[in-house]
Order: sequence, then structure tokens, then C-alpha cells
Amino acid sequence: MALELSPVKTTGNRLLPISAVFLLIVISSAVVGPWLSTYTVGGLEAARLLEPPTATHWMGTDGLGRDLLIRVLYGARVSLTVGLGTAAIALMIGTLYGLIAGFKGGNCDHAMMRIVDLFYGLPDMLIFILLSLVFGRNIGGLLIALGLVSWVRFARIARGQVLQAKEFLFVESAYALGASRGRILSRHILPNIVGPILVTLTFSIPSAMLAESTLSFIGIGINDPYSAWGTSWGTLVQDGYRAMRSYPHVIVFPAAAIFLTILSLNILGNGLRDILDPRQR
Amino acid sequence: MISILVKRFVHGVIVLWAVASLTFILLRLAPGGPFDSERKLPPEIIANLEAKYHLNEPVLEQYSRYLAGVARGDLGPSYKYLDRGVTEIIADTLPTSALLGALAVIFAVLVSFPLGLFAAYYRESVIDRFCLFLATLGISLPNFILGALLIWAVALQLGWLQAGRWDDWSSVILPMVTLGAAPAAYLSALLRSTLIETLGEDFVRTARAKGAREHSVIARHALRNSLIPILTVMGPLTAALLTGSFVVEYVFAIPGMGRFFITAVTDRDYPLIMGVSLVYTAILVSANFAVDLLYGWVDPRIRAE
Repeated sequence: MALELSPVKTTGNRLLPISAVFLLIVISSAVVGPWLSTYTVGGLEAARLLEPPTATHWMGTDGLGRDLLIRVLYGARVSLTVGLGTAAIALMIGTLYGLIAGFKGGNCDHAMMRIVDLFYGLPDMLIFILLSLVFGRNIGGLLIALGLVSWVRFARIARGQVLQAKEFLFVESAYALGASRGRILSRHILPNIVGPILVTLTFSIPSAMLAESTLSFIGIGINDPYSAWGTSWGTLVQDGYRAMRSYPHVIVFPAAAIFLTILSLNILGNGLRDILDPRQR
Repeated sequence: MISILVKRFVHGVIVLWAVASLTFILLRLAPGGPFDSERKLPPEIIANLEAKYHLNEPVLEQYSRYLAGVARGDLGPSYKYLDRGVTEIIADTLPTSALLGALAVIFAVLVSFPLGLFAAYYRESVIDRFCLFLATLGISLPNFILGALLIWAVALQLGWLQAGRWDDWSSVILPMVTLGAAPAAYLSALLRSTLIETLGEDFVRTARAKGAREHSVIARHALRNSLIPILTVMGPLTAALLTGSFVVEYVFAIPGMGRFFITAVTDRDYPLIMGVSLVYTAILVSANFAVDLLYGWVDPRIRAE
């Protein structure tokens, strides 16, 4: 489903600082949390299966007696890495591609955008799944698969912006002054198209996280039980889903983590768009 | 108009060919095969299996055999379901997915249109804020979490509706809402922002100035001119919903095509994966084609081109 970014505009700026603070908490606890905790991801306690939250296990334990908090923290590492990593890969491939297409123009642009259109016409989820079959169902493979699908959006935005920026008078004057192409591209055009690309970047992080957790939930995403990078929030929700009827705490914490993180990122993206791109308001 | 449609049609066929080739290549590259199992099979049996499914032929020959089959509507044998071909499996399961998808589309449209309309008309009011909040929520809530939440609250705690079955109306509602919620949120936010833009246009002021009734200003002048962006996203959206999000089918244990697709992925049942991919793409392509046709109906200027 090749939908554009979130169409929600200006959702009360009061939520913006709250989301920013929440994201900071998630990021810092993902980085520091696993070191501070006395539990390990794989640490089983046979006597404490499916315990509700207590002072020793803040989020309770799962069906194998593992501390849920530490698993959610490792899941945060995976989710954030997938989100940021995919966005970075897509940003690099897509922006470069779009820049070249827009800057060269003519037949080259036409041919390059044909390929983008082709990618755009494909169902995203399907391509993720097929690519992840090839690259393996670990975090690295998933990063490549997601990156290879999401770059198209950046290519479109970057090309459109370059086409607009090329018409500016200062670009023409730079040509007249004899500036090289590389200099015009990097000094005059790039700074003028950063805004929309940044907005696209902010929205591509939650959509990558959503795709990863969805795949992991249905059991065809990250599946790497022997690595610390094998715990995804999607997998945790899946575990909780099975125990939901009698032990709702197992699903509540990871589900809330996914939802609130994606929500905060979307609110942040909306706010950023309002600031950077006032035309779209 | 005709030349645009012909161009679109050709483009659609190219997309289908690209997906067929891409899945073929990707699945040949993927490590592991359908006949890998815990217990190693004797080489004679492997050779037999490969001969049966033409896996011992040169790759190019397999590729052309596959494409020729696709052109005839034969998607090949399933490696896992030995008594049924891929075409048969898809023909059995697609109607279920399509029904679920159609219900979700209807739900999304019925929810989003009033919501978006009210929000745009009473801009900055309490209704508007509520609508925007709902839209942000709907876009950010993954459907597997919404599904689990609905099952827990409505089916398990309240006992009002059924979950995990697919026979009468009480088992259909929860999957429909789960699948339709995000599109409903998306569409209402989109409708709101385009309507706000249209309501500020000169022709809306003209319509009001000439004394047109308020409801006809909204329905005939503003709403109709706001439909283009909605239509544009309706194509991929409908396709995604008609093919049945495999997540919703998984959560609610609905026997649709998506569930077979997931099992096919875990089983590495390559012909079934390729077949479902092609059907997904075909539906997406035809949905976009239908949207192109609708453009001409909504906006006569496009028809003239």
C-alpha cells in the first residue's frame, strides 16, 4: 500500500513536548536499561511463570518465567534500530537517486522515475516478506529488506524538490557565475530541499517500526532466538496474545510500547511538518 | 482519455510481469528449500521430487515454463498441499478475503466521510479536535494490537461478539472494524484537509453568493472537488483491504488467502508464495485502473484530456 505520509495536520501542539519527552525516555532506557537490569533476556525462573507485575519484576514475567521488562527493553533496541536504520538506508539511496534524476532531467530523469513508479506500484508488505526470505530473518536482513522498499518515497520527494529548486534565480546565477555542478547541487539546491526530506524521514521511522513489528507478530519477521537482537516487540505481543485471556499483563506492556512509540513519532512528524513546511498546513 | 487508459493497461501488465520475475528470482536466491526437513531425505527421493517439479531443469527453462503457465492462468502445483494446485487454493480462499476487505472498505468510508466533513466544516472546534485526535490514534495503532484489544474487550470480557470464527454476522464485525480502522482514520484526516482547502476557494464563495443552499454548497461544490485526493489513495487502499490484510486474518483465524500466504512463507511453498504475490499485484493494478476511470467521472477536465 503505497500511501503518502500521515495526512493528519496540526494536532494540538500541546502533545508535541509530551511525545518528545516520551521518545527521549524510550531511547535512553533502550540504550542504558539492559545494563542496569539484573536480569538477562534468556534468564528463566521456573518458579515464577506468568507472574503479574511486582516490585522485583516491574512488568511481571512471561510464560517461561523471563523478566518482561528486560525483554521489552531489548525489544526497544530492536525497534529503534530497525526504525532508524531503515530510515537512514532509505534516506541515502532515495535522496541520492532523486537528486540525480531531478538534476539531470530529460530522458535520464524519465527512465529513472519509471523504475520508481514500478516500485511504487508494488504492494509493500509483499516485497518486505519476499526480501526478508532472501536476506534472512534477522535484524540485518530485515534492515536491508525494509530499506530497499522505503527508498522510493525519498526518491520521489527529493526529485520533486530538485525540479522546483532548479528554477530558482539564485541557481541560475550560480550557473552564470561558473559554479560547478557538484557545488550547485551541494551548496545551493540541497539546503533548500532539506525540510521536506526531514519530514519524510520522521514519518519513515514509525512506518518501518510498524512493518517490522507486524511481521514479527505473525511469525515471519525477526526470528533469531539465540541472539540478543532476536527479541522484537512484535514477537512479545505475539507471546502475550496467546496468554491474553488469563494473563493480560504479558500483552499490555509490549503493545503499549509499540503503540505509544509510533504515536509519539507520528505526532513529532506532524509538528515538524508544520514548522518546516508551512505551505502544507 | 483512451490513450491514458491504454498506457495504464500496458503499465499494469509490465508491473505484473515484473512481480512474476522478481518473485521467481528472489525465491531462487532464498536460502533453504521446500524439501528441507529435520530428517535428511535420501538423494534418490530428492532427485525424484526435483524431477517431478521440474527443479532439475535449467533456470531459464523453469522461468519460461512458469510465465507460460501464468499466462494460461495456471499458477503451478503447491509443494505443501499435494492434492490441490495453487490456482485452486487461491480460488477457494480469495472470496473470503475479498468479502472481509469489501466490508472494511465500506466501514472506512461510512466512518470517515461524516467525520472528515464535520471536522472540516466546524474547523478548530471540539468536533474537529476530537476527529484529529481519533485520526492520529487510528494511524498509530497497529491493527494486530487493535484486534487483540477488541477480542479481549468485546469478545472475551463483554461477550457481545464472536471472535475466531467466520460464519455469521457476529463473527464478522470485529475483523471488519480492525481492518477498517486505520483506513478510516487516514481517509477522514485526508478528507478534512482537502475540504478545508476547497472551502476556501473562490467558487465556493461564488456558490454561497448566488444563494445556493448550504448543503448543496457542501455536497455539490466542495465535496465533489475534494474527491480527487481521496480517489487517489482509494486505489491502493482498496486493493490492500480486498486482499485481506494477512494480519487480521491471522489474529481472527479467518480462512482467507492471507493466512495461506503466511503458512506458505513459513513452509517455503514457493509456487504458492508466487501465486499469491501475483494475485495481490493483479488486484492492486486493477484497483488503480478503476481509480483512473473514476477520475474522469469525478473531474470532467480529466475526461477531456
